[in-house]
Amino acid sequence: MSQSTATTITGRNVWDGGVSPMGVSYGKLMMWFFLLSDAFTFSGLLITYGLIRSSHPAFTGAHDAFVFSPEYWPIPEKVFEAVPFLHGMALPLVFVGIMTFVLIMSSVTMVLAVEAGHRMDQKAVEKWMLWTILGGITFLSCQAWEWTHFIVGTESGTTIKEFVNGEWISRVIYGANLHENQYGPHDFADFFFFITGFHGFHVFSGVLLNFLIYYNTVTGVYNRRGSYEMVEKVGLYWHFVDLVWVFVFTFYYLV
Amino acid sequence: MATIDIHPHSAVDHHDEHDHGHEHHGNFWTTYVFSEDHKVIAKQFLITGMAWALIGGILSVLFRLQLGFPDANLSWLKPILGGWLTPEGKIDPEFYLALVTMHGTIMVFFVLTAGLSGTFSNFLIPLQVGARDMASGFMNMLSYWFFFASSAVMFTSLFISTGPAAGGWVIYPPLSALPQAISGSGLGMTLWLVSMALFIVSSLLGSINYITTIINLRTVGMSFTKLPLTIWAFFLTAVIGILSFPVLFGAALLLIFDRSFGTSFYLSDIYIGGEALPNQGGSPILFQHLFWFLGHPEVYIVLLPALGITSEIIATNSRKPIFGYKAMVGSMLFIAILSFVVWAHHMFVTGMNPFLGSIFTLLTLIIAVPSAVKIFNYVTTMWKGNIIFTPAMLFSIGLVSFFLTGGITGVFLGNSAIDIQLHDTYFVVAHFHLVMGSASFFGMVAGIYHWFPKMFGRMLNEKLGYIHFWVTFVGVYLVFFPMHYIGIAGFPRRYYSWTNFETFSGFADLNFLVTVAAIVTLAAQLLFVFNFIYSIFRGRMASANPWNSTTLEWTTPRLPQHGNWPGEIPTVYRWPYDYSKPGAKDDYIPQHIPYSETPESNLPHENELIKLEGVGGSAIVVEEKKH
Repeated sequence: MSQSTATTITGRNVWDGGVSPMGVSYGKLMMWFFLLSDAFTFSGLLITYGLIRSSHPAFTGAHDAFVFSPEYWPIPEKVFEAVPFLHGMALPLVFVGIMTFVLIMSSVTMVLAVEAGHRMDQKAVEKWMLWTILGGITFLSCQAWEWTHFIVGTESGTTIKEFVNGEWISRVIYGANLHENQYGPHDFADFFFFITGFHGFHVFSGVLLNFLIYYNTVTGVYNRRGSYEMVEKVGLYWHFVDLVWVFVFTFYYLV
Repeated sequence: MATIDIHPHSAVDHHDEHDHGHEHHGNFWTTYVFSEDHKVIAKQFLITGMAWALIGGILSVLFRLQLGFPDANLSWLKPILGGWLTPEGKIDPEFYLALVTMHGTIMVFFVLTAGLSGTFSNFLIPLQVGARDMASGFMNMLSYWFFFASSAVMFTSLFISTGPAAGGWVIYPPLSALPQAISGSGLGMTLWLVSMALFIVSSLLGSINYITTIINLRTVGMSFTKLPLTIWAFFLTAVIGILSFPVLFGAALLLIFDRSFGTSFYLSDIYIGGEALPNQGGSPILFQHLFWFLGHPEVYIVLLPALGITSEIIATNSRKPIFGYKAMVGSMLFIAILSFVVWAHHMFVTGMNPFLGSIFTLLTLIIAVPSAVKIFNYVTTMWKGNIIFTPAMLFSIGLVSFFLTGGITGVFLGNSAIDIQLHDTYFVVAHFHLVMGSASFFGMVAGIYHWFPKMFGRMLNEKLGYIHFWVTFVGVYLVFFPMHYIGIAGFPRRYYSWTNFETFSGFADLNFLVTVAAIVTLAAQLLFVFNFIYSIFRGRMASANPWNSTTLEWTTPRLPQHGNWPGEIPTVYRWPYDYSKPGAKDDYIPQHIPYSETPESNLPHENELIKLEGVGGSAIVVEEKKH
């Protein structure tokens, strides 16, 4: 990490003007303020999710006896227990755990890219940026699979009773979309798609930015400029996206 | 790896990233349209904001016509309103709702947020902190053009066949979420949401730029305690905007999903037109929480810049230092913090827990303390000053008056018990139109009168300014004071007609008075628009510092070019309020005059500061860079 401090000898203070008081370029400051703002967007959404979830009854029976029903909020690890190629096995939260690990590892490679940038080591920046991009794409692909699985649903489906035209009818629904949901109340699926989708869009734009950085590194733009600060700025964004995922993971999958 | 550079540090070598030996000459498009110069962008915001203010004002007169003259035949408005008039020549009831909604949206967001903050933050921040331009001119340009796109979408929505959004400027679901509810909840509402999303992007781009510029680009000597109060106000406004607008953005996205993709975030248990909707599990109250988490800070986004502008104008025209500089900063900071923890006072009657209501009552009433500090400081600044009644000064005094009158009714409304009677009545309308609407509008107009000479190099006509002030000032009180009585009597806001209820028919004369006053007040604004346009081209030539003011913008030439100062940026030595300092030869000492040049007026501790001034204001700066 870069730390630059400016101290004055003559009794003046860094906050007295004429210098960047925090020793940070304006671009990096802007990125920090943008992230602060974005943090409020995600906080708003997660608090909204929390309020809606707490207004639904939770499942109270024994853990083993859990079945999907629109009457109560599902236990997330009963919903997210599928892993590709291991059909039929109940592996709660294993796949999303892998996704989380991939995303966190891509943050680590981003740190290495930033560090290489400080050393002005173009080749190393290229290498670590490529790994970061790969991590991002892997995460997005995993998310695509998870969404597909969530939308298609389980083989048995869930039987729901509906009151249509004055009579009760039973119907089996498979999977979930924005209108109906086999796993629980409507809002469970609505928030799943909205929050992970909104986060996924952030990851997607992060991958685009990372690619832009990678491209500029390869073409030597930063080397000529004499500074790899852009890697650092986009790195901040990437770490933020990672951090948000930790919260989404905690509140949507674990709790 | 650590390097230590020691180099003499002066204003010159620090600020000159680009050479100022030559001027930037762009073509028409880069100079006036896609300009990255903060002064041009400020003027773009100003003129767009003024256009919106006129539209918003005309809309309000239209619905005042319905309220003041309920039996009148308005078919002479047919050429403008067309199908929105009923065959009897009355305003269509649903269009009435659209008028109210659009008036609120336009005034709150487009005039008093973008028009006020966008204009004066852009214009004054670089000039008053001593910077060549904003931190990022490109983002600043984007900020304006996102605002323009947002304006274009909102303006278009006025002309579509189903009419603009009509669910109130607060767009509460389920009314706003169900396109089949009223015609205004159809395409008009969609366009409203699209426009607001663009607006939030614009606001974010602007705010990030303002904060970064204030932190990073202050000139040598311009510490935070030497910043003019305008800059403090813009700084805190931008911080509030950065923290509150994203929450509205989230809320609006969820609403878009409810409207267009069938989700149930805000919807549950609804029958419409005899048909049950499948939506289950959401909560419309939730939207109100999210909306007011933005909505209440938004009140201060609107108000704080006006208060900052007023502080500056009142100190200058009283020829006295501002009373309690630190108390002014502190109270603005306190207001900014409190603005985030009072939102539920808009929701006392939504059935929330009464205990929660009492907490929000307490927090709300605390806001009266910093507000009162500000009012006392304005009054004590003027106390025994050599007051010069320029139009800007009159409008600033008007602001203080409105802020006081409207603020006192805020103490009533902040009480959750009294709010049961007053909620959603014309008492509320009167309250917020005085305390935030008219006060902020007066702050904006005061700012235009005060900084017009620096914007356009000419003076506004003072005589027209005085007429403008007195008609508007009296007009505003005539419009909003009677509303308190109507509101206490219990008449709800946003209702189309008074005369259908026997209880309220007794208020027909008051409503007639309000409508006439509103028409006269709007007419006075046309006078101002004439003055504005005429003076840009034909006004009296202004000097570089027509108000004998102390802040840095008045050290620029009459028409500052790109880069603001032809030579090096002045260094700042003193606070911005050295007016009528005992012993000084003039009644003002600008911020860039060193103490060494004013031995006759220096206080003992200021003589100590001379030692720090160095040669030409340069200081030795040690920069350590660790990697």
